[in-house]
Amino acid sequence: MKCSEFLNELTSYLDGVLDEKTKSELENHLSWCHNCYVVCDTTKKTIEIYRDSQLYELPEDLRSRLRSAIMTKCQQHKKRGPQSV
Amino acid sequence: MGAIQNKLEEPVSEELALVRAAKKGDDSAFEELVRRYDRNVFRIAQHITQNREDAEDVVQEAFLKAYGNLAKFQEQSKFYTWLVRIAVNEALMKLRRRKPERTVSLDEDIKTEDDSLPREIADWSPNPEQQYTQAELREILSKTIQGLPPGFRTVFVLRDVEGLSTEETAAALELSIPAVKSRLLRARLQLRERLGRYFQRRDGENGKTGNTRNGDVKNGDVASGDGNQ
Repeated sequence: MKCSEFLNELTSYLDGVLDEKTKSELENHLSWCHNCYVVCDTTKKTIEIYRDSQLYELPEDLRSRLRSAIMTKCQQHKKRGPQSV
Repeated sequence: MGAIQNKLEEPVSEELALVRAAKKGDDSAFEELVRRYDRNVFRIAQHITQNREDAEDVVQEAFLKAYGNLAKFQEQSKFYTWLVRIAVNEALMKLRRRKPERTVSLDEDIKTEDDSLPREIADWSPNPEQQYTQAELREILSKTIQGLPPGFRTVFVLRDVEGLSTEETAAALELSIPAVKSRLLRARLQLRERLGRYFQRRDGENGKTGNTRNGDVKNGDVASGDGNQ
C-alpha cells in the first residue's frame, strides 16, 4: 500500500469499517511508514479531543429558559392552528 | 491503533414512542424530545453560525418548526436526523444573513485538489491537551474549527462530534455518501494539521535526549509559518 492509498482508507480505518484484508494491508503500511503512522495517530487524537471537548455546552439556566420559550411558542402555535409556523 | 469508539446509540423505539405521543398532541412528550436533543442542536448551530445568539435562535426555531411539521414526519428516519436537517437549514440561513457578501452553502466550491493532504507531519506531545487549561483548550478548538469552510465543519461536527453515521449525515445534509466521506477526510486532516501548531512535540520532550535547538522540526514545516505556537 502506498501513502496515497493509505490516506484514501484513513477515514474508513478510523471508523472501523474496513474489510479485514484492507485493514491488515493498512496496518502493515503503518508498521514501517512513520509519517503515515503519525498522521493516523494525530488524526485519531484530533477526533477524540473534539469529541471530548465539551465545546459549546448549553448552560443549564439558558437551557431551561430556551425550553420554556419553545414550549410556550408551541402552545401558541397549537391555539392559532397549523398554518402559523 | 484501532478504530475510534462510537458513542452508544439511543434506542430508537423509545424516541419513536415519544414522537408518536407528541403527534397525538402530548406536549410533555415533545418537551422530552426537546430535553433530549437541545444540547446537540445548540452545538451544531453554534458550530455552523459561530455566534451564540444565532445558535440560541436556531434551537428555538428548529424545535418550533419540528413541532409544527410533526404530522409530516414520515418516521422513515430517526426523529433526531430529521431534526438535525431542520436545524442545519435554519443555521445556514442565519449564516447567510450575517455574511450576505458571500454565498454560504454546503455545496460551495470546495477544491478537490490535494489541498488538504498532510504537509506537516511532526508528531504531537503525548497528552497535548493537558498543556493547556480547559478554557485555553476550548479557545484553541473553537478557533481552529472556525477556520474550516462551513461545508467541512458541518460534516465533521455531525459525524465526529455528534456521532451520526455517514448515511445519517448524508440524509441530514442532503449530500451524497461519497461527498460526506470526502469532506470528512478533508475536515479531519485540516483540523489535525491546524491543531498541530499547538500540540506539536517540542524538542527534548518525553524523555528524548539531545539538545534543544531551534528550527529542529523536521518533515517540511510548511504550514506553521504564522508562528502560532
